[in-house]
Amino acid sequence: MFGFILRRVGMLIPTFIGVSLVSFFFIRLIPGDPIILMSGERGISPERYAQFQELFGYNKPIIVQYFDYLLAVLQGDLGKSISTKLPVWSEFFVRFPATLELSFVAIFLAVTIGVPAGIIAAVKRATSVDHSIMGIALVGYSMPIFWSALMMIIVFSGMLGWTPVSGRLSFMFFPESITGFMLVDTWLSGEKGAFASAVHHLVLPSIALATIPLAVIARQTRSAMLEVLGEDYIRTARAKGLGRRRVIGLHALRNALIPVITTIGLQVGVLMAGAILTETIFSWPGIGKWMVESISRRDYPVIQGGLLMIAFLVMFVNLMVDLLYGLINPRIRHQ
Amino acid sequence: MTDVALDSTRKARKAQFAEFWHYFKENRGAVIGLWVFMTLVFLAVFADIISPHEPNIQDRTAFLLPPAWIDGGRLEFLLGTDAVGRDVLSRLLHGAQFSLFIGVFVVSIALAGGISLGLISGFFGGVIDTAIMRIMDVILAFPSLLLALVLVALLGPGLVNAMIAIALVLQPHFVRLTRASVMAERNREYVIAAQVAGAGNTRLMFRTILPNCTAPLIVQATLSFSNAILDAAALGFLGMGAQPPTPEWGTMLAEAREFILSAWWVVTFPGVAILITVLAINLIGDGLRDALDPKLKRS
Repeated sequence: MFGFILRRVGMLIPTFIGVSLVSFFFIRLIPGDPIILMSGERGISPERYAQFQELFGYNKPIIVQYFDYLLAVLQGDLGKSISTKLPVWSEFFVRFPATLELSFVAIFLAVTIGVPAGIIAAVKRATSVDHSIMGIALVGYSMPIFWSALMMIIVFSGMLGWTPVSGRLSFMFFPESITGFMLVDTWLSGEKGAFASAVHHLVLPSIALATIPLAVIARQTRSAMLEVLGEDYIRTARAKGLGRRRVIGLHALRNALIPVITTIGLQVGVLMAGAILTETIFSWPGIGKWMVESISRRDYPVIQGGLLMIAFLVMFVNLMVDLLYGLINPRIRHQ
Repeated sequence: MTDVALDSTRKARKAQFAEFWHYFKENRGAVIGLWVFMTLVFLAVFADIISPHEPNIQDRTAFLLPPAWIDGGRLEFLLGTDAVGRDVLSRLLHGAQFSLFIGVFVVSIALAGGISLGLISGFFGGVIDTAIMRIMDVILAFPSLLLALVLVALLGPGLVNAMIAIALVLQPHFVRLTRASVMAERNREYVIAAQVAGAGNTRLMFRTILPNCTAPLIVQATLSFSNAILDAAALGFLGMGAQPPTPEWGTMLAEAREFILSAWWVVTFPGVAILITVLAINLIGDGLRDALDPKLKRS
């Protein structure tokens, strides 16, 4: 197992270098001079320009600049935001819990609904139940989530008044930020109604974000189950006299879940892309909204740093999924 | 080639298509999807003739009119008007042109680039293969919409840049698929036979191997078509794709956002249009997958 982990981590090194190169060159590919861009409309004196060049190291050879950048990144220095003048690193971690909380709830919804739906569809193959579940999944998969989110706001916030339109918490509450997760912080604060308010605010964004992963997971679970249900050992188990429930729940599901876990892991990239849209629509103060705002403000250090951090995050989760896959499926480990 | 040989090739192709059609039409959803898609193509092509109004002409007597069947609606504006008095239906019909064009453009670029790189990668192997595949891994490490957004920020907002960005982001899937198929075919007897007969590398890659790798590529192209439409609409929605007053569906949604609680129709219809289009294409994609490659059926 140790060799497997080492091999898998080793495979990440070229991708890591590639990702850092993309983010390094990103700021240098912008048409125009980054220092003049950063100095804004008022322009900059030649002395200040030279100072900045010295400060950012733009007068050094490009390869030296890259290694300086890499070293800084490894020390957690991603530069400073042009608009807030705060370090990108700390800006990222202020917003990260909000995205993480939203993503956790979304993936929880997607798995707890998607996996059982997929199993039911597979077991009741070619019946109206199967067709309905797969039909709904296909609609979910084809849904532009920025639109379904707006529709939910129209119906549940506008017409029915059940949920708030935006934000993470009602203005009436100010819980101390301990974990950054609103559900946990409001629970710990003990303030009456605060936790309920946090839940209320989370409902629509998490459903919107869960739509596509849910559809993908349901489809994948169904096909994995169908494949496993056709195997010889399932027939053997049935022939041995084991109950249907036991065969499906124990023998089939265990093997079917292996590819499903990979699918769930692959949804992290989808979630991050979805978070960009969902957070923008619901004014959710997370990474996605931060990136969109930085892009429209042309806050290049933030875009550069955010891009790098998100890519690392996706790579890290994919690595974890692969390791988990190796752990539960020995055939992969020994390849 | 002799006439007889040509004739038999033609017959074989015909039989192949008949077999494909036999399996495709078994899937009722796929056939419905195909009909819907063909209707959309028809509407897009004849949008100028069918549209009751010009898509960008404003009627100052008709701001935010509801659809015709609701009180206050007018029959001449069947699906209502937007905040500056433009006919929603006419804009949707013209939007279909943009969406279908986006799909064709993006898939063509992604396919051409992806097939070429995948062929080179799978055929030559070694250092070239490693280099190409690592670059693709890097592209795949970024969430697609985010990378497209950043690329558009670099290139400048606009529909053409958005399409280029989306094509670049979708490309690795084609590279991977082509490479995998090429590697499976590379050492088959017919390829070796062609090689022994003196076929050059380019001929081997494009004429001998490629036609035998098309099934998964067609399925992926269909799925990418719908992804391209969704991503372009998302970029338009975020203000980074087509710019107003272009009647692109995502851009229309972005313009309509502020009226979400007062005029539901300006927000609802562009989304329904996107959903119907993407759904139809995905239905076709599922049908193609079942019909073209029984091995892929369960994956």
